[in-house]
Amino acid sequence: MNVDVLIAGAGPAGLAAGIELRRLGVSRVLIVDREAEAGGIPRHSAHTGYGLRDLHRVMTGPGYARHYVQAAVRAGAEVRAGTTVTGWPVRPGLPGPAGHIGPSDPALHAGLPDPAPHADLPDLAGPDGPPGPARPLSVSLTSASGIETVTAAAVLLATGCQERPRAARLVPGSRPPGVMTTGELQQRVYLYGQRLPGRALIVGAEHVSFSAMVTLAHAGADVVALVTDQPRQQSYAAFALAAAVRWRAPVWTCTAVHRIAGHDRLEGVELANLRTGATSFVGCDTLVFTADWIPDHELARLAGAEIDPGTRGPAVDTALETSLPLVFAAGNLVHAAETADIAAAGGRHVARQIAAALRGRRPPRVTWIPVTVATPLSWISPNAIRPGGPRPARGRFLLRSDAFRRLAWLEVRQGGRVLATARARLVPGRPVHLDAGWIDRADPAAGRVQVALR
Amino acid sequence: MTPAPPPAIGPAAPAPVADIVVIGAGVVGTAIARELSRYDLSIVVVDAATDVGTGTTKANTAILHTGFDAAPGSLESRLLRRGSALLNDYAARAGIPVERTGALLVAWTEEQCQALPGIEDKARQNGYTAIRPLSAAGLYQREPHLGPGALAGLEIPDESVICPWTTPLAYATEAVHAGVRLQLGSPVTGVRTGAGEHAVATARGAVRGRWLVNAAGLGGDVIDAMMGGGGFTIRPRRGELIVFDKLARPLLGSILLPVPTAQTKGVLVAPTVYGNVLLGPTAEDIGDRSDTDTTAAGLAGLLEAGRRIVPDLAGEQVTATYAGLRAATEHRDYQIRVDPGLHYACVAGIRSTGLSASLGIAEYVVDQLGGAGLPLAERGGIAGPPVMPYIGEAGTRPYQDAGRIAADPEYGRIVCHCERVTRGEIRDALASTVPPADTGGLRRRTRAMNGRCQGFFCAAAVSAMMAAAQRPAGGRPADAPGHAGEHPSPELGRLA
Repeated sequence: MNVDVLIAGAGPAGLAAGIELRRLGVSRVLIVDREAEAGGIPRHSAHTGYGLRDLHRVMTGPGYARHYVQAAVRAGAEVRAGTTVTGWPVRPGLPGPAGHIGPSDPALHAGLPDPAPHADLPDLAGPDGPPGPARPLSVSLTSASGIETVTAAAVLLATGCQERPRAARLVPGSRPPGVMTTGELQQRVYLYGQRLPGRALIVGAEHVSFSAMVTLAHAGADVVALVTDQPRQQSYAAFALAAAVRWRAPVWTCTAVHRIAGHDRLEGVELANLRTGATSFVGCDTLVFTADWIPDHELARLAGAEIDPGTRGPAVDTALETSLPLVFAAGNLVHAAETADIAAAGGRHVARQIAAALRGRRPPRVTWIPVTVATPLSWISPNAIRPGGPRPARGRFLLRSDAFRRLAWLEVRQGGRVLATARARLVPGRPVHLDAGWIDRADPAAGRVQVALR
Repeated sequence: MTPAPPPAIGPAAPAPVADIVVIGAGVVGTAIARELSRYDLSIVVVDAATDVGTGTTKANTAILHTGFDAAPGSLESRLLRRGSALLNDYAARAGIPVERTGALLVAWTEEQCQALPGIEDKARQNGYTAIRPLSAAGLYQREPHLGPGALAGLEIPDESVICPWTTPLAYATEAVHAGVRLQLGSPVTGVRTGAGEHAVATARGAVRGRWLVNAAGLGGDVIDAMMGGGGFTIRPRRGELIVFDKLARPLLGSILLPVPTAQTKGVLVAPTVYGNVLLGPTAEDIGDRSDTDTTAAGLAGLLEAGRRIVPDLAGEQVTATYAGLRAATEHRDYQIRVDPGLHYACVAGIRSTGLSASLGIAEYVVDQLGGAGLPLAERGGIAGPPVMPYIGEAGTRPYQDAGRIAADPEYGRIVCHCERVTRGEIRDALASTVPPADTGGLRRRTRAMNGRCQGFFCAAAVSAMMAAAQRPAGGRPADAPGHAGEHPSPELGRLA
């Protein structure tokens, strides 16, 4: 099967991109999703608040997911759920851990565009490629109807993100059942109707942590507290107030889980106060690890795309093109995690860039200028610019901070030159926006751009 | 959340007094039961846990050792050498994932360099002659991601990695097919011996047998004391391990072993048959035989050591951390003893080599039992190893097999995305001869939920499949009428 654009991931970003591609007249758009149903994470996020900024109405997650799936189908995109990309062309021999994986079947490599010589390059010489359509990519899809090869002129990775589980966070102790991430919790409660009686403890105090609290309460759990290693909660004051008043769930700040206890079932956790070093034991039957997002970057890494050390997703320029020509990435794969409407906005933005690229209407991929951040900033997305490239989605860059600052001045520098300054309020886990007006002032020959606090 | 103990698997009407009772369904106990099942004997295996291989068997470094570094002349050395040859052959026939990656022993200090000739010499004394020295350049050529500072090494080309979960399951499955009764969830509370039989008291009633095999692993000394023994004490040694994501697998070609010195045993970095990278183990003598907790200090120490051996590991995601207990004793060798008068075999102190040596141990123990008077008459109709579901990364898994998907679309429906486990495989595991009692058992049979997301995407769906299979209305697959008949057993009549 031949398509113009293959989109991996039918969440808000992938679906919005598919709709926009069809609107722009791209004829063959195939959106695949490995889950049994298309729609992405909103499918099992039953609370309200979806759609406000992109659809201008308030919906629940499942309603929002349904809306986008139906709109994509109406727009003429083919949406296939239960379909996994299993034969992505693996590129051996690239420097770094990403390039060496998997079977070295030459047939798999045949379809890949020319290697992007990104690894040892100075800031100036970025991944190069022809301005127009390159050789099509060949990808294997596995589903209940078999294994099928699809060739695509362009590929959009919209594979989203996940919360890091307790093992990745190196939380020691035993390994009883009852310990989960918000993603698992939501599916258990909203897709499978599971009850979770007893006491529950939530690790994290970001938006998603309060969402987990609502889900737990819905499932019959008594939420003991939300614990965060930060000095303050990181969501809206109204959420924390509602939690305290409506569910009597306090936020314990400067607190970390030091040990998980219980063998056949969870008995509780040992908490440590990071200020005093004091420890205490809190009994609970459910423990939910929230936030601490990591992009689902497996496909990007297997193909040898450059990975941004900050976002840990594929590095992307303002057109959301990766270091591999005609391989694009959008949504929470490149900014883990933003709300669904922001992911969808990125999907619409990347669709316009893909459509232009397919028509040979895009600037030559000559210079790739990395955009990096300095602590306490943890990442910026997109994380590269090209001369003549477009403004990013919504005309701004997204950043994250590891620290609180009521008022901070962001400074955009290239070498000794200040390209822009901007005011920002920094809260860990919450988006920081930086207007992209400065990208036209960047010097293609002056190398890396860095965003730091002044 | 605690599942009910699973019903006994095997003949529906067991003999009131079995010929032989094996205590312990770990890799050693199941291997012995499998070996015994070749003979005309009624056999019962009891274990406290609700699944086979849940003790030392399941949480180790998953290496199929050649035994090159065992103490020459020891029973362990002999049984390791024999056992690893037997298991290599058995694994190929039963579909147990094995990858012959080879191992490199890497010396980082002068002291370690000086120990290398002695290790090479020891290997030759153990009958392993394929070992050869490697220069630093040779090491880096083989392992380009090795950290700086390696001085010299040894290559052991036949060290392999194996699936420690499929192995005891294959033994148990073969044994059950041959008429062995598997009674799990039955902690042994005492043994009463008299009138030519042993009455093994368990939390679920007494199991009687004319002969008794103690393969109780971490409980080996407790059972031995019930039998009037007392020549050894199990001193559990805890080993913590870290599993890295599959994206780390290209960092490593072979098993990277430390050179043991007087000061420290060191940790290893090894590939797994599931395509991950393993780092560990720590070695800590502890008092509590059930304490498989990981510790902050243990994990931090491992990461520190791992960063020196393969620095790029630091950038990779940790998929799992776990700890296992090794059944060490105050003695340096296995504690295997057969008492002909008592009709009792003690198979204890198997330390950390039980997986590799299991078939050698079983062969040796059954031979000793025969010498002690256990009647060993071969029975006809031996079916041989079962073909186990393949869960390794090196071969073809169902999702990659167009023919299998065409025949059964359930093999094209991937549920666990990180590990690419299909609904068909989960369904098969739930209906298998030795079915899982909990989601942990399902993980060990299918790899479902073992990936980097640890269930973020699939745990709810997999748990729902498990719950549906275990719902009393439908009955457990193991209970379902006709289950025993699925593997017709000529021994049924004889056992009754």
